[in-house]
Amino acid sequence: MTITTSPRRRLRRTAAPRDRGILSSFDWRRPRILIGWRAMHIVLFVGLVALGAIPLVWMLRAAISTTTDLVQNPLSLMPDPARWENITTAWTLLDIGHYLGNTIVLVGGSWVVQLVVSATAGFALAVIRPWYGRFVYGAILLTLFVPGTVTLIALYLTVLDLPLIGIGLTDTPWAVWLPAGANAFTILLVKQFFEDIPRDLFEAAQLDGAGWFTIFWRIVLPMSRPILAVVSLLSIMTAWKEFLWPLIVLTDPDTQPLAVALPRLAQATDPAFLISGLLIASIPPILIFVIFQRSIVRGIGFSGLKG
Amino acid sequence: MTLSPERLSGTAPGRAAQTADRPRTVRRGGARRRAAGAALVFLAPTLLIFGYFAWWPIAQSAVLAFQQTNLVDPAEWVGWRNFEVLFADPLLPRAALNTLWFTALSLAIGLPVPLLCAVLMSELRRGGTLARILAYLPVVIPPVVSVLLWKVFFSPGETGVVNSLLAAIGLGPLPWLQSPELAMPSLVIVATWSGAGTAILIYLAALTGVSTELYEAAELDGASVWQRILHITLPQMRGVILVLLLLQIIGAIQVFTEPYVMTDGGPANATVTVLLMIYRYAFLFGNYGVATALSLLLAIVLVIVSAIYLRLTRSWSTR
Repeated sequence: MTITTSPRRRLRRTAAPRDRGILSSFDWRRPRILIGWRAMHIVLFVGLVALGAIPLVWMLRAAISTTTDLVQNPLSLMPDPARWENITTAWTLLDIGHYLGNTIVLVGGSWVVQLVVSATAGFALAVIRPWYGRFVYGAILLTLFVPGTVTLIALYLTVLDLPLIGIGLTDTPWAVWLPAGANAFTILLVKQFFEDIPRDLFEAAQLDGAGWFTIFWRIVLPMSRPILAVVSLLSIMTAWKEFLWPLIVLTDPDTQPLAVALPRLAQATDPAFLISGLLIASIPPILIFVIFQRSIVRGIGFSGLKG
Repeated sequence: MTLSPERLSGTAPGRAAQTADRPRTVRRGGARRRAAGAALVFLAPTLLIFGYFAWWPIAQSAVLAFQQTNLVDPAEWVGWRNFEVLFADPLLPRAALNTLWFTALSLAIGLPVPLLCAVLMSELRRGGTLARILAYLPVVIPPVVSVLLWKVFFSPGETGVVNSLLAAIGLGPLPWLQSPELAMPSLVIVATWSGAGTAILIYLAALTGVSTELYEAAELDGASVWQRILHITLPQMRGVILVLLLLQIIGAIQVFTEPYVMTDGGPANATVTVLLMIYRYAFLFGNYGVATALSLLLAIVLVIVSAIYLRLTRSWSTR
């Protein structure tokens, strides 16, 4: 019953550097293979830069260009003349600060709700393990098989007038925050992580007179930072990309996030200002991704095991 | 309260001996009831949120399809009338075919390209991180932003970005989103551009799981690189490829943001999809019953697709 690896260490350990893949070091010394794969890799990188980076560079360039410049040199990646004031003009003209603030409020609340739900549910199902746990877990997993769009209308009517309580949530952030918590996938991730924590720890703590809440707060949460980080990143990135649901439940422009406001603004603005708005909406998720790309990539690797 | 470190380590000398004569799974009845109660406290937020925003809407979907509601009076039962209204709508077959066309095109590009990219990326000796970042960047951008950006790229006439690129290789300006034939392929390009990165990363994760010993053995047997990819890599990846293929089909059938923001179903209804119809019935015409009826049909189609798919793949994978 000794502890060999703590789950935290197991998560942090990335795949050991492989000494070979499909090709061995011997293959890499063969001129035909070397030249062929090098050429393919160059083509791959050209494609990745052309499709992954250039559209974003173009967006930056277009955001600080004049409309005439955009029409005359559509393919140039350098603005001529550079109009940095476009961004500030767009900011005030389109009221971007306000919509960006709404986005941050929506994303922040969704993140907190998902974190609370997945941590408490994971703890109850993986650590306390009550007799009815498997039924609850089954009912949670069931929702993975029902795509959100299928229940869209029923969910909307629920949010419009909560049964038993009779409150309507539309045009309030709660309409986005609470449904974000109904995410079976994050519960599944956290539960699996908690199951890897050696049960001896809990039994020892119980012998010392710790209650479940103490075990949750003092043992499990401090040990589960890696998985909570993955859940946080996934939930923040997802919430930032939301479009259809906020479009439906937030009809009041005062409450709308940038994603919902932009298509409406697109109909009546100068393209250069619109693209400034697009740029501002993209910068936060891009920054988060580039900073935390290792954890995010690992989280996506997990999601490949889904299903 | 304090937790003694040796208790926490769980390996204090003598504990193993103690547990040998005391089976640890036995809990007193009271403790068991207390655990059930404590678990309920921890599960409360989940049960409330899933109850209201997952389980109740799922159950309601089956009911609302047979009701008519105007949100003021109590809903009334109308039986199959919602479905009759739906099948009388000439737009429905059009939307179904459009959705099918979108799905077919999405798979034609969205299946082989990410797989090829992932195989090439897995053999990179340097720059793997950079390649991963570049591949995933389009996914990070909010879909609304990519759709509006590509709407600018696809602007017709000679000054559009895509048309200028075509002009550089001597092809003449195409009326992308304005043409009923080209509008749907344009949407597929955008959807694939913003979705391929996820598939690439999942394939990459699966590729690193392929055991190198298999490659070693194949190489000793004189298998060429292409033979190794055909006979080892792809068979080892089969499970992941099949799951992703199903997820891509299910995702493509539910396409909404691209047709809604880019073309709003036009031109001449060439890009009206099933989900766009659901949205219009509910939020344009306020006809929630018909919208739910269509959602229910969509759900049935998805279930049938998944069932056929699982049946087919099971017969493939048991060789």
